[in-house]
Amino acid sequence: MDSKNLTLFNRIKDSDIYFSFIKSPTAVFSTIILIIIFFCSFFVELVTPYNPFDPSSLSLMDAFTPPSWTKDGLAKFILGTDGQGRDMLSTILYGSRISLIVGFSAVIFALILGVGLGLSAGYFGGKYEMIVMRLTDVQLTVPSILMALLVDGIARGIISREMHDEMAIYVLIFAIGISEWPQFARVSRAATLVEKNKDYVSASTIIGVSNIIIMIKHILPNIMRPVLVIGTIGLALAIIAEATLSFLGVGVPPTTPSLGTLIRLGNDFLFSGEWWITFFPAIFLVLLAFSINLLGDWMRDTLNPKLN
Amino acid sequence: MKFTNLIKFLLATLIIFASNNAIAKTIKWSMQGDSLTLDPHAQNEGPTTQVSRQIYEALVTRGLDMSIGPQLATKWKAVDPNTWYFYLRDDVKFSNGQKMTSEDVVFSILRAKQPTSDFKEYISTISSVKAIDDYTVQIKTSKPNPILLNQLSNIFVMSKQWATDNFAIAPQNWDAGQETFSATNAMGTGPFKITLREPNTKTVFKKNGKWWGNVEHNITEIQLLPIKNAATRVAALLSGEIDIVTDAPVQDLARISSSGGHKVESTPQMRTIFLGMDQAADKLRTGNTGDNPFKKKEVRQALYQAIDIEAIKKKVMRGLSEPAGIITFPGVTGYTKALDKRLPYDVDAAKKLLADAGYPDGFDVELRCPNDRYVNDEAICTAVVGMLGKIGVNVSLFAQTKSKHFKELKDNQGDFYMLGWGVPTLDSHYVFHYLYESGASWNKVNFSDSDVDAAIRVMEGEVDLDKRNAAIAKAWKIVRDNIAYLPLHHQVISWASKSNVDVPIRPNNEPLFRFSRVN
Repeated sequence: MDSKNLTLFNRIKDSDIYFSFIKSPTAVFSTIILIIIFFCSFFVELVTPYNPFDPSSLSLMDAFTPPSWTKDGLAKFILGTDGQGRDMLSTILYGSRISLIVGFSAVIFALILGVGLGLSAGYFGGKYEMIVMRLTDVQLTVPSILMALLVDGIARGIISREMHDEMAIYVLIFAIGISEWPQFARVSRAATLVEKNKDYVSASTIIGVSNIIIMIKHILPNIMRPVLVIGTIGLALAIIAEATLSFLGVGVPPTTPSLGTLIRLGNDFLFSGEWWITFFPAIFLVLLAFSINLLGDWMRDTLNPKLN
Repeated sequence: MKFTNLIKFLLATLIIFASNNAIAKTIKWSMQGDSLTLDPHAQNEGPTTQVSRQIYEALVTRGLDMSIGPQLATKWKAVDPNTWYFYLRDDVKFSNGQKMTSEDVVFSILRAKQPTSDFKEYISTISSVKAIDDYTVQIKTSKPNPILLNQLSNIFVMSKQWATDNFAIAPQNWDAGQETFSATNAMGTGPFKITLREPNTKTVFKKNGKWWGNVEHNITEIQLLPIKNAATRVAALLSGEIDIVTDAPVQDLARISSSGGHKVESTPQMRTIFLGMDQAADKLRTGNTGDNPFKKKEVRQALYQAIDIEAIKKKVMRGLSEPAGIITFPGVTGYTKALDKRLPYDVDAAKKLLADAGYPDGFDVELRCPNDRYVNDEAICTAVVGMLGKIGVNVSLFAQTKSKHFKELKDNQGDFYMLGWGVPTLDSHYVFHYLYESGASWNKVNFSDSDVDAAIRVMEGEVDLDKRNAAIAKAWKIVRDNIAYLPLHHQVISWASKSNVDVPIRPNNEPLFRFSRVN
């Protein structure tokens, strides 16, 4: 078949991946949930009428309104309000936007760093490979959350307090990214070791293509499958790491709360019966991480030829 | 046979130890913050004094009913308005067995007058102290002082010998971050002694067997275990890990009292929460206007009237607060209901005042807040940020732990800050002397008014009560009209404990474990 005549859409539709996707209810289900969450988070201004981060729009007298279906609930606050009178639904959506931005950026950062080091290590071998791989071994002995806490602590020492709130999100991305890169480095090195002895690489070397071009143009596309699988699962891990750090109070400042910050703020009201302040952000976080993990599982099953 | 003997011996030891543990009465006490230092003269702060009070004693003290009574001194008399004689108990020993004499009292009072002491303003009128004999102390004041006994009730007595041996002759310089032996060790004449001190983690007090007093308590050990997070503290109480919490979170009181094995007690606390605004700086450190809007009374009043204190009371404090018009509370000399009335909450008036003052679009400023000192302190500040946002004042909140908050305030780093003030002497003079007098150590708004300063001098030296009360009333009127601070509310405190733990609640939030019982 001459694939040039087919549109991109048709190519996707005819692919094995699409077929396997359609046949997997969990993949379809989790994708739908993720699309809804992504849409609501990134177009939150269109979805909710409230801006929970504008202090002048809040009324303290609205504080602690329970969800709308309970006895004292109000229809205008579907999931109730928190202790400052902020609408829970819009706060969660604004918060999940921050969580998603941090999660994605951290994974992309870890992916570029990890794949870059892993690919070159696998390709060049020798002492360089040994150093890089021992570095990943060392880092894997340190729990990633501890690593992230360490980076955040150092950053707090270096950055002045006035700057810290603005820089908090970048520090968080860096901290989570730096704690996740060894996974990517290991996987991409292993895949590179398989690929580099194949004929197409030898052929390129013989006709004199430079090492950089071989790595980027020829090997990289062929090792992307396992890397993407790791990346999807890493996204869920990064979002949870961000929530953990924010829950511990070292993440983004409470004025622009992420999901973890919201859970922490609601934690104080667990005993007093105002369960919705911590319950809904927590459920939302679970739903988000669960959907990404389901999608990651499906990708691993589909993209990993050894399992087929 | 030998083996059975061994078994018998082991069983016997086990029974002895087990029964010992059953007799031992331990109270595990928790609150959100810890004592800042064990040095009894280094920090004049609530939880610090609460801890010191169990170990150290003063010449006179307030009992359960808050009235002044004898402690280390059995009686006292003033031979003329400026000369006092205190007659000490002759049976008092420090917890290391050493006898307490008038030398120790003289040493302690002079120590509390040194520059690094946080109590030097307390007893600034004392001009000399000397030991007449082993159990008589003479104190001279620079002018007649009607509240000397009140002030002395907070000057703890330490051992001169112990302080000399441990290089603690001068109080720890807390503001400069100095570490001394006396900051982590304590040795006093009180009913308890400290056997373990891990700041912010665990402090263990053991019964002082050498205490002179009549033992009314049945406690052998107190453990102070600070838990910063409110929910964790309540969980620890409900699970039985903690016996008493002396700052139970207002939102959890219903849950605790409904749990069966626990009880909750509340009482109006002798503490007023307020906001301070630096009125002297030429330019706000965190502002955006290039000048200092707080210099104008209209601006201060606008902020005052923009705060909906009833909403804070209802939603943040769950009804457990009393809106305040002045920084003092019922029971203090000089307090009146009329003074305590607040300016009305009025957003439109506040906006107009801001516009009249030349800030129609508001301004930026940072609000500094402690997050582990007062009841719901950070939540109050967050609410204030929202309310001031409604009149265009863009406030950014900076909440941090109390030790940093207080230290940076003393360092003059605050434009706009939260503070709470108790009045241990139950006299208005204490408030003026620390918060309003020109250059006073906690006058971080840099308020200065010569009439107020003159009135403070009258409060210190006037023995005619009518004249003195007139001076207090005049001073309150001036500072209230000037809006030197933004008063918020008088705190109501709640203690939650297991039903079998009986620690009498006191309006100054200071537990007296020597009156406590575990049944």
